[in-house]
Amino acid sequence: MSLSATGRTVLSVAGLRKRYGADEVVAGIDFEVQAGECFGLLGPNGAGKTTTLKLALGLIDPDAGTIRLLDRPVPQEAREARQRVGVVPQFDNLDPDFTASENLRVYGRYFGMKKSEIEARIPQLLEFAGIANRGTGKIQALSGGMKRRLTLARALVNDPEVVFMDEPTTGLDPQARHLIWERLKRLKQDGKTLLLTTHFMEEAERLCSRLVIMDHGRIIALGSPRELISKHIEPNVVEVHGPGFEGWAEAARKLAGRVEIAGETAFCYATDEEPLVASLKSHPQLIYLHRPANLEDVFLKLTGRDLRD
Amino acid sequence: MNARLFALPALSMRFVHIWRRNLLVWRKLAIPSMLGNLADPMIFLFGLGYGLGAMMPAVQGVPYIAFLAGGMVVSSTMYAATFEAMYSAFSRMHQQKTWEGILNAPILLEDVVLGELVWATTKATLSGVCILAVVTVLGFASPKFVLALLPVIVLTGLAFAALGLAMNALAPNYDFFMYYFTLVITPTSLISGVFFPIDQLPAVLQGAAAAMPLYHAVALARPLMFGEWPQDILLHLAVPVVYAAVGFYVALVLTRRRLLK
Repeated sequence: MSLSATGRTVLSVAGLRKRYGADEVVAGIDFEVQAGECFGLLGPNGAGKTTTLKLALGLIDPDAGTIRLLDRPVPQEAREARQRVGVVPQFDNLDPDFTASENLRVYGRYFGMKKSEIEARIPQLLEFAGIANRGTGKIQALSGGMKRRLTLARALVNDPEVVFMDEPTTGLDPQARHLIWERLKRLKQDGKTLLLTTHFMEEAERLCSRLVIMDHGRIIALGSPRELISKHIEPNVVEVHGPGFEGWAEAARKLAGRVEIAGETAFCYATDEEPLVASLKSHPQLIYLHRPANLEDVFLKLTGRDLRD
Repeated sequence: MNARLFALPALSMRFVHIWRRNLLVWRKLAIPSMLGNLADPMIFLFGLGYGLGAMMPAVQGVPYIAFLAGGMVVSSTMYAATFEAMYSAFSRMHQQKTWEGILNAPILLEDVVLGELVWATTKATLSGVCILAVVTVLGFASPKFVLALLPVIVLTGLAFAALGLAMNALAPNYDFFMYYFTLVITPTSLISGVFFPIDQLPAVLQGAAAAMPLYHAVALARPLMFGEWPQDILLHLAVPVVYAAVGFYVALVLTRRRLLK
């Protein structure tokens, strides 16, 4: 757990519930985000991540529970709290009629910023977005990654203490995704508190100091990525597929802590992988991959392998 | 929850930010937008005014085109306000998610809805004023009370922008707006005295006309454009004021129900 020097609580949520019709989308969750940390909300589609973000911003009303954001009660004083918050929505909603600079300028006004303040920040923000020379260009001419970085830069126009990000890299190619990750690390170094939702385990593992895994509106695990891996899963994974893998997997149950069969692959989780690898030597038709356990293994163990749509 | 849904709007000057955002977009498209807004009423005014007017005796003591001018100024204001508050606001609310972006900033929904109301009224006023200027310069209206027409045009814009925003909050898609045009706006423009005096209509239609703000706007605009001071001014001002105020509140509650659920 990484706490900043002050250890101040930026966001606290207790007993939070939100129902849509018969569906309880957020079913009683509690967590706290400390100043300076990158906190992740992980979960499959429909787990309640986006609803939790919207509740914390005071954009929708909870059915029960209390929320405090930057020492203000939400939703009662959400507007005042949002003065010091930046938001990156799940889908870019940049103004298509404006240039990149105009997008930043108009957005700065919503925070009541003075013209001179905004104009001084625009070059820095364009540089942060990696589009320093495209400020006067049309938004439509920007690539998906550029638009995403501009959306991130727009969320920083008011120099916020906390940045909420709803799936910041969904839909981006690997190069664009890595560039966003670098920018988020820069924000962490600058002392910003980050709260992000994602279903990319790699993203959470790289960026988040702490995270919760949500499913069906509940928090089912909380901790740092390392803590969660060591607590919930054996450190080694051997994935096996190929003709006759099921027969081999049955025999391997004695050698592994846990064997899970999903479709055409056997996932063997073990503290010591040596016996498994040795036994595979006598089955040359089987293809295997030995790797360290990661957050995705924890995630799949806790939320299951069923599709969520 | 219900208390927040029906709470009176917490009004502030923050609506100006939304108004300025729309102004900046409009400035980029001002010429085609102005032409679009003006061409239609002008074609009606001169087409009907000269074409139909040539076959008609004087109406209320003036050539038909001068009679029609009073109605066209306020009905084109109504159309401009309605279009902006429905199609354009719907694009920003639903298609482009512009409102969603704004609401993530320290801005309340009432700021957004009020900003859209004032913006639609601004565009509608521009449309009404342009037509007024043209007919006054061409001599179809007396310049005597021309400044008194400005509040009439603004109120007409506010009333129909508020109604349009309420429709916007209810609309599942763009097609929905056709019902409102067909069932409300078109009949309103026909029974409110824009094209012909309504004393020849059945009493029930005259009553329906009196319940809508356009009739009252016409009752003020036409005498003013003839250079005469209108009668029952307070009543004719009160109806659009009530439509604007109640309409804004209803639009806000409906939009809250749509977006803040």
